[in-house]
Amino acid sequence: MPDHPAPSGRVVVTGIGVVTPIGTGVETFWANCLAGKNGVRKITLDDVSPFTTQIAAEVPDFEPTDWLDKKEARRIDRVITFAVASARLAMADSGIVLTEELRDNFGVYIGSGIGGLNVMSEQTKVLYQRGPDRVSPFWVPYMIANMPGGIVAIQFGLHGPNMATVTACSTGANTIGEAAHAIKRGDATMMLAGGTEASICDIGIAAFCAARAMSTRNDSPEHASRPFDRDRDGFVMGEGSGVVVLEDYDHAIARGAKIYAEIVGYGMTADAHHITAIASDAKQPARAITRAVASAGITVEDIGYVNAHGTSTPIGDPTETKALKLALGDHAYSVAVSSTKSMIGHTLGAAGAIETIVCILALRDGIMPPTRNLDNPDDACDLDYIPHVARKKELKYALNNSFGFGGHNVSLVLKKHV
Amino acid sequence: MSEDILNRVTKVTVEELGVKAEEVTVAASFTEDLGADSLDVVELVMAFEDEFGIEIPDEDVSEIKTIGDVVNYIQKKSGE
Repeated sequence: MPDHPAPSGRVVVTGIGVVTPIGTGVETFWANCLAGKNGVRKITLDDVSPFTTQIAAEVPDFEPTDWLDKKEARRIDRVITFAVASARLAMADSGIVLTEELRDNFGVYIGSGIGGLNVMSEQTKVLYQRGPDRVSPFWVPYMIANMPGGIVAIQFGLHGPNMATVTACSTGANTIGEAAHAIKRGDATMMLAGGTEASICDIGIAAFCAARAMSTRNDSPEHASRPFDRDRDGFVMGEGSGVVVLEDYDHAIARGAKIYAEIVGYGMTADAHHITAIASDAKQPARAITRAVASAGITVEDIGYVNAHGTSTPIGDPTETKALKLALGDHAYSVAVSSTKSMIGHTLGAAGAIETIVCILALRDGIMPPTRNLDNPDDACDLDYIPHVARKKELKYALNNSFGFGGHNVSLVLKKHV
Repeated sequence: MSEDILNRVTKVTVEELGVKAEEVTVAASFTEDLGADSLDVVELVMAFEDEFGIEIPDEDVSEIKTIGDVVNYIQKKSGE
């Protein structure tokens, strides 16, 4: 016998929390997002003076003691604190009152693409400079990528399913899709779901520099992230977190919850092609979109807005454009598409969650955020990418795309709540 | 009991465990009174080793339960 009501089969978003380079908290972030604000600057979190890339989208003025007690705040990895902050904001936004029974049926799926890279970097230095008996006992717990979700559960006493997806840059979309399934199956009544990332440190920047993946426009950070533009030269590293409260529809209605949107479609495929490069035929990301649309029980013409993966890399942007044409057909030319990464950079494991939140807010308000820095679209990028200025449009469904190293392709379909 | 050692032990404990200085009494137990778990104790011992330039072997750690125990241990160790 399950100890909670039978699932309605529908999952809605009833709370949102974000920590981003252009704002912490949903309404601050959203206002800056619609304004096309820049979050990219010279890196201040670490000394990267010898590196080819010296810019990133950092979360400014983030104070760990605002979110955790003094002992934990001092030593915990930034990637975990970001998750705790977003989870606290999302819980408060949802207005939920936790009871013992609800805690047993409230789960957490929060992932990270990389995990606690700051702790990894610091403790590796301790190991080599001071020896194995000087490394911290917190190295492992604060490094492993499942710990953000583990600590969030501890903060609220949530005993439902707890798991971390690690699918690189599609992590945040996967956790939301999987959490929605968990509620549909009846494994939980409510879930905190999302992604977190904090890799702006020496190891993180050096490693992505070595992969030749990032923009080197160091003299002009505000123009560096330029998805779909012909002068783009790689992605800009971002950091932050996005967490949503997902809830069984009946449960949300019964308590009179504020409902943002409904999670209606989820599709994923694997490229099975190359460790980092997306396959240029774009067939697999197109199949992920098709599957997400089919699982929503709608047709492609119903999609009014696409929040693109849009990383600002030479190969990624035209390939995603091709995937949209394959999946949406002629409708690809009438749908509006934009990339949030033009403002906040690529937040890796958090991107899928933050950008799903953008879709949810676009549905709520009937306005779509712009693609910043899109001055001259690439010839191979010939869709409507909402350059520079936000645009009003009544929307019913929105699509979010996320693609990750390892060949992970994930798409989510969100429906406006009426 | 050395005031200097006690002050330095208090300073390190406040820093590591995020507790208030007035909670760090001679009789205070790390696990019972100051909220330390087993991992906290490992890190705290390392911090004492760094502060006083000594080595505290694992077999001695089990005998150190309170602030007073640490002060006495360090006093004895530095006297040797």
